[in-house]
Amino acid sequence: MTGKLLLSRRQLLKASAAGAALGVGATLWPRGAFADTPLTVGFIYVGPKDDYGYNQSHAEAAAAVKSMPGITVVEEENVPETTDVVKTMESMINLDGASLIFPTSFGYFDPFMLDTAKKYPDVQFRHCGGLWTDKDPANTGSYFGYIGLGQYLNGIVAGHMTKSKKLGFVAAKPIPQVLENINSFLLGARTVDPTITVQTIFTGEWSLAVKEAEATNALADQGVDVVTMHVDSPKVVVQTAAGRGLYVCGYHANQSALAPDKYLTGAEWNWTKPYTDFINAKLAGQPLGQFVRGGIPEGFVKMSPLGPAVTPEAKKQFDATLADINAAKGDYAVIKGPLKDNTGKEVVPAGMVYPETAIELESMDYLLDGVIGSTS
Amino acid sequence: MADTTSSAIAVSPALAKPRVDLLIEQLARRSESIAIPVGAIIVGLAIFSVFLLCLGKSPVDFLSLMYKGGFGSSFSLENSLTRASPLLLTALCVALPARLGLVVIGGEGAVVLGGVAAAAVGVPMLGLPYVLVIGAMGIAGMAAGGVWIGIVGALRHYRGVNETIASLLMAYVGIALMNHFVEGPLRDPASLNKPSTYPIGKDYMIGNIPGMDVHWGLVAGIVACIASWVLIEKTTWGFAARISGGNVRAAQIQGLAVGPLIVGFTALAGAFAGLAGMIEVGAVQGDANASLAAGYGYTGILVAFLARHNPLAIMPVALLLGGIDAAGGLVQRRMGLPDATVLVLEGMLFIVILFSETLYGRFKLFNPDLWLRNRQ
Repeated sequence: MTGKLLLSRRQLLKASAAGAALGVGATLWPRGAFADTPLTVGFIYVGPKDDYGYNQSHAEAAAAVKSMPGITVVEEENVPETTDVVKTMESMINLDGASLIFPTSFGYFDPFMLDTAKKYPDVQFRHCGGLWTDKDPANTGSYFGYIGLGQYLNGIVAGHMTKSKKLGFVAAKPIPQVLENINSFLLGARTVDPTITVQTIFTGEWSLAVKEAEATNALADQGVDVVTMHVDSPKVVVQTAAGRGLYVCGYHANQSALAPDKYLTGAEWNWTKPYTDFINAKLAGQPLGQFVRGGIPEGFVKMSPLGPAVTPEAKKQFDATLADINAAKGDYAVIKGPLKDNTGKEVVPAGMVYPETAIELESMDYLLDGVIGSTS
Repeated sequence: MADTTSSAIAVSPALAKPRVDLLIEQLARRSESIAIPVGAIIVGLAIFSVFLLCLGKSPVDFLSLMYKGGFGSSFSLENSLTRASPLLLTALCVALPARLGLVVIGGEGAVVLGGVAAAAVGVPMLGLPYVLVIGAMGIAGMAAGGVWIGIVGALRHYRGVNETIASLLMAYVGIALMNHFVEGPLRDPASLNKPSTYPIGKDYMIGNIPGMDVHWGLVAGIVACIASWVLIEKTTWGFAARISGGNVRAAQIQGLAVGPLIVGFTALAGAFAGLAGMIEVGAVQGDANASLAAGYGYTGILVAFLARHNPLAIMPVALLLGGIDAAGGLVQRRMGLPDATVLVLEGMLFIVILFSETLYGRFKLFNPDLWLRNRQ
């Protein structure tokens, strides 16, 4: 009989514990806590919010948005580019009442954001990456920044600071945006000294800390003395480079806290600008832009404050170029023919000038003469 | 095996007893395999609650958010089921070899290669009838995954290579191969900034189960789990596999073809993972790209171990983990906890459940033979 008694006592305990858990869960839930604000905005990141890189640049802007009156911000990090992001968007809409959503990773767009947008026509979706066309649903759009000139300015400072005349670039994948950054960095440096070269290593992944550290060390071993990068999280490259005594130009966000003495400057996204524009338009009941882009003059991209190591000559040229870029309002061009790629083939004929808005730059598939490395 | 023999012995004295007692005893025996995992989950949640309290967060909030985000509404349940779908198949990739005593943890490689093979076969066939294209893609995905994990089994049996290490390393090779094909020979030149294969197109996508926002991959996973259970428990092949898993020498002395069994089971396991990759391409992504490596192969390991490699138990466990993932976003958004929180929870559950394995047969409650002894 002991067995039976034991059975019932344990079952009672178990059942009452489970009942209590469910009951408490149902009664204590604060219903409608998120329903009272005029606008709930959702931000979705592909990586961690504090990655010192791409995702942090968005999270910093989200934090700025959070301080706007009447705005509730909901955020989710580490969301893969699979149905997970669809479910995250739907969850933000259904459970948090979000009516404006910013999926910030390139791969969220097609099919995930487009399909979700068709299903929820009353919710506005704005995707970071500039993929939108007028064939896409009316409640979608995209925004992106032109950051090539930021890497050009990085290149100017790096060109002044290098002694070995060898610069390094740790790159993720040989896609057009990355290639444009590498080429711009080279062209910036070559305004200081046309013999400067940029040694480039592709890691093959957007975020692969071990390979990024290996690549940075390999660059240091080859005599490179200033490094920049285009990977999702520049943290590893910045710390490794500074640890090896190299100067660093940052990317995506401000990494100066990681290497205060060695950080020269950096090309940063300033997403606060498009986000506040979208939100103000939504609050005012006006249509939101659907194909929004901008560079340094429009405030979409900014430069990190110059570090303590930067020489006065470097600062002078940096400031002057930055002023020219701002004055030219989007017409400033650094990709100007004649330009040859590093296999000797002419890629930009003489007389051709591509400002940062030029559509031709979006299918860039070459590394200019002076870049050591290969796209394949 | 142990269960069946002990209950067979217990039948004879039990026959003399009244029917109610007999039922209770059977219930007690059966309930062990449910009560221990459920108890372990409760203990795991309790430990996790302490962890939350240390962070100054409310475990009650957490649990109610888990319930709300994972299971509390039809939307949440569909969210969980969608996330569970690939896990059903990738868990089988671990569970089937485990019945032969093999620990295969490289299902991720089979997933991505299955996806690439499906796209490679499907894209040139576009224009042919739907069933033909989807069928060929399924076969291609399963073949690729089957060959990949089958190699692991063959290396194990014929060359004595440790299957755990081999499968893990081959997963990295598989992902590298996927990147090579997606960025090289199979690349759609229009996929500039996110290298992908040509899309299979909306007309050839695998749709949703009618009336649900969950794609047919869920059904494929459930069918695969049930079929695997039948294979293992109800066929002579399954019986032979379990004998080999218990003692290879004994199996060989019995004249069982251990080599073909190992290769066959590992290939079937890989085929299921490959099918998961094909479904990702066919139902989710629409093309093969780097997002295929979303970690389903690795989460499948967790599911299989939690399910004690029982294909039927995989289904509720996959749903539980799918629910935890689904609720993870809500927990991030409402409680301001980082994404890693749910990983901590999953890790704690994993450890507690592994520990609970040692508890089987130790509770008098579940062993009516011991009750009898008490009575006498």
